[in-house]
Amino acid sequence: MVQNIIDVRNLSKSFDISSKEPGLKGTIKHFFKRQTKSLKVIKDISFKIKEGEIVGFLGANGAGKTTILKMLCGLIYPSEGSILVSGYLPFRRKENFLKNITLIMGQKQQLIWDLPPIESFYLNASIYDLDKLEAKRRIKNLSEMLEIDEELFIPVRKLSLGQRMKSELLAALIHKPNILFLDEPTLGLDINAQRNLRKFLQKYNKETNATICLTSHYMKDITSLCKRVICVHEGSISYDGKLDLLLKKLSPVKEILIVCRSEEDAIKLENSGFTIKNKIKNEITIKIENNSITSSLKTILNNFDIEDLYINEPPIDEIIGRVLINKDYDI
Amino acid sequence: MISNSINRKIITLLKVQYSNMLEYRVEIALWAISGIIPFFMLNIWTNNNLNESINISNIMLSRYFLCAFFVRQFSVVWVVFSFEEDSLMGKVSPYLIQPLNPFFRYFAQHIAEQITRFPFAIIIAFFFFIFNPESIWIPNLGILFLSIISTFLSFLIQFLIQSIVACLCFWTEKASSIERLLFIPTLFLSGLLAPVASFPEYVKSWIYFTPFPYLIDFPANLLSGNTTSVFGGFSMQILWIFLLFPVFRKIWSAGTKKYTAMGS
Repeated sequence: MVQNIIDVRNLSKSFDISSKEPGLKGTIKHFFKRQTKSLKVIKDISFKIKEGEIVGFLGANGAGKTTILKMLCGLIYPSEGSILVSGYLPFRRKENFLKNITLIMGQKQQLIWDLPPIESFYLNASIYDLDKLEAKRRIKNLSEMLEIDEELFIPVRKLSLGQRMKSELLAALIHKPNILFLDEPTLGLDINAQRNLRKFLQKYNKETNATICLTSHYMKDITSLCKRVICVHEGSISYDGKLDLLLKKLSPVKEILIVCRSEEDAIKLENSGFTIKNKIKNEITIKIENNSITSSLKTILNNFDIEDLYINEPPIDEIIGRVLINKDYDI
Repeated sequence: MISNSINRKIITLLKVQYSNMLEYRVEIALWAISGIIPFFMLNIWTNNNLNESINISNIMLSRYFLCAFFVRQFSVVWVVFSFEEDSLMGKVSPYLIQPLNPFFRYFAQHIAEQITRFPFAIIIAFFFFIFNPESIWIPNLGILFLSIISTFLSFLIQFLIQSIVACLCFWTEKASSIERLLFIPTLFLSGLLAPVASFPEYVKSWIYFTPFPYLIDFPANLLSGNTTSVFGGFSMQILWIFLLFPVFRKIWSAGTKKYTAMGS
């Protein structure tokens, strides 16, 4: 049986936020008396993640996804509730816990700017107690997987964003962590670099059975990597489950564009009881519920003279976007 | 086993930080040159015959200020500025989840910078002797060794004081302003502008209970061969390190709980 590697119960986090009124009066008032209020950014959330799972955290900006990741990796202290990651309380930052995890934040770097990445790799290797031979072997393996070679010896400041991100990944994975916390890892990367990174993460997960917690605003990252998603809305979890189930729930119908051989066939189809979205000459778009697609298509193909047909999946960004901006969305 | 691992970490950190510092060699040369305040002070002292008031010869005074320059070169600390910038830019976050306290990185940066500074400091000293040939002297090996130790202890005291101030970044975004406040007593009471022996008696009656005279005055007097209490100086340096270290540990522990990982 696969073990839960992350166990979060009734977790909350509050931050003290100071506010200032605009203008000179506000500035003077702010100077003498700061007004701070406690803002609860994470509200009593609970979830469990199994070893080897890749879970995507979805949410609008400021929803609390990154704060959750920061608490999971022990960077910030929870206000209430409990977190167990790999059997450890993350905030205690025990050496064995830290050797098991990594956090990668898109656009934030740990590599030494003026030196080639290889120097940072050896530095990280010694921080994680790897001997030189082992470090060499891991750098070789990971650089092959990430398809970087000459870049290892070029100062970081001279690398492109994609090359830098790959080097960041190598630096963050040199100690072979079992749990990866990835906060927008593909941010700012071009399409090819994004695809390569996703391929690498899939491969890494497959080869090491590492657990991956990922936040991203690129839906492609989520759909190609995560079977399970946790939707976060204003600090609360609005959905926790399979991604395809979420999509089915949110988009119960598919649109099918049917090209009939003649306009008469299109008119016949229009009057046959299907839900019509629109009709232009011999092209007709109908809406069919997901659970009756096969039977409906069978009926159409048997009874009408069809030249071509296209099944249109509604854009996933649009569907998820609806969940992220509306807290009352019924999932 | 554990000490081997720590040694390896420190050596690698030093190697990497030294490579990094070599990238900034021009800046470091300029910083070394910018540390020549003691030579200006020497000029003021000798031109106004102020040394007579404290019964110290011109030669001993010029050696004192040269040594003050050296001690300053190898005990200068800027950790509060680095930590503040790293905190604001979100760079501290990846360091915090590594099994090594981030202050080890800053410590290694400082040591690496001192090693990089060394040749520039020697060149400056060479020019100093060209203009002040009567001040040339070779300290005996024992004194040199003790001076290096006391300079390192002075560096440790300053590093701990600034690290404590740096930890205030967990509460305020501008901890460096507090450091600027500390810079004033450091400048005036450490012996950088004048040997502490020249201070009025009522100042001397309490100043030796503070850490400041042990930052420049004590190591500089030791190296230049001026009269100083070796045992008393070392005892106070060690005492201050023992007092400051637990304060740093406490404030670090409390601060990391307050950390909000802003900027990341």
